[in-house]
Amino acid sequence: MDTINSSDFNYIRDLVRRHSAIALEADKAYLVETRLAPLARQAGLASLQELIGLLRIQPTHPLHRQVVEAITTHETSFFRDIHPFDALKNTILPALLTRRHSSLTIWCAACSSGQEPFSIAMLVREHFPALVARQIRIIATDLSGAILARAREGLYSQIEINRGLPAALLTRYFDKQGLHWRIKSEIRRMVEFQQSNLAEPWPLMPPADLVFMRNVLIYFDVDTKKAILSRVRNILKPDGYLFLGSSETTLNLDTAFQPISLGKSTCYQLRQSKTP
Amino acid sequence: MAVLIVDDSRAMRSLLRHILKDAGFAVIEASDGQEALECLQRCREIDLVLVDWNMPGMDGYAFIRAVRAAPAYHEVRLMMVTAEAEIEQVSRALAAGADEYIMKPFTRDAVLEKLKLLGILPH
Repeated sequence: MDTINSSDFNYIRDLVRRHSAIALEADKAYLVETRLAPLARQAGLASLQELIGLLRIQPTHPLHRQVVEAITTHETSFFRDIHPFDALKNTILPALLTRRHSSLTIWCAACSSGQEPFSIAMLVREHFPALVARQIRIIATDLSGAILARAREGLYSQIEINRGLPAALLTRYFDKQGLHWRIKSEIRRMVEFQQSNLAEPWPLMPPADLVFMRNVLIYFDVDTKKAILSRVRNILKPDGYLFLGSSETTLNLDTAFQPISLGKSTCYQLRQSKTP
Repeated sequence: MAVLIVDDSRAMRSLLRHILKDAGFAVIEASDGQEALECLQRCREIDLVLVDWNMPGMDGYAFIRAVRAAPAYHEVRLMMVTAEAEIEQVSRALAAGADEYIMKPFTRDAVLEKLKLLGILPH
């Protein structure tokens, strides 16, 4: 395994911060090594040091973007931390269906390889088939073009399929393709994927009934977290819902949000809005 | 809570035993379906069975059908743990009464997440 010296680590840390506003902590050298060593090999370079040397002398090389994407791609799985999905099924979607007579918009920010938006799409199709007919927009964004290309394919390894996906849903919504599993087009069609960097100006987003922004704020510094939450506030409908990761909170960042307990999960609503 | 592991591969039983013991379960082992039925008769504390499909003698599919035909075991949860990785087999196992299905090879996290899906481990 290539090891990284402090000068090279600081160079990568600055590069990632400039392009994504993600703040790598000082103890993340192992992450840089494990994520970038394969990238160096793919690029035909002998070592991590050689990769960083190339980045330093060619500031516009496409590898800059690939490095940022490799570092900022995060783990995901189907129905990860099941409680927000339970809240969606038991409380939020029934409440929104009662209140809304037009289509619903759900935004999954930092969707990685697509398991989260596809989990929502399967949940809707299983439990709220009328909503599918009435139109539901599930918009899924991520910083990484490479990971979005994977998500659009909807093709998963057996290791990924084994994680968190109930077997009954596997039989209903996936087809086997060689050693992989492809999610059926009826689910794939429900999700629109777009590339977007949370730390930069966002593309035009429709007002959202529900925002899933889980396990991503933790990577940003406080000012960036505040800026992102402020923009979420602008696109969230007054009675909409925001889900963060289970270790994340709006507390001390944005007083406009109040936590709401729904079953075993916590979500956030704007203070003037009605609770379900 | 006790878990019964049914697999003719000693290595596979050992792998699952480590995962389950680390998660706090008591573990019982059997190497085929018939032996597993005898374990169920002997030990009423078994809440979950992880069962391979292909085994000599009574295979996992026949075992699941036998368990689901016996009202005494209707609360026992059954998870197929197998290298059989086609939709038709997953569907057959579920139709026979399996509660979950995991394909070999699997990771430790995948096993634990399936136990959460079954409500056997807390999320």
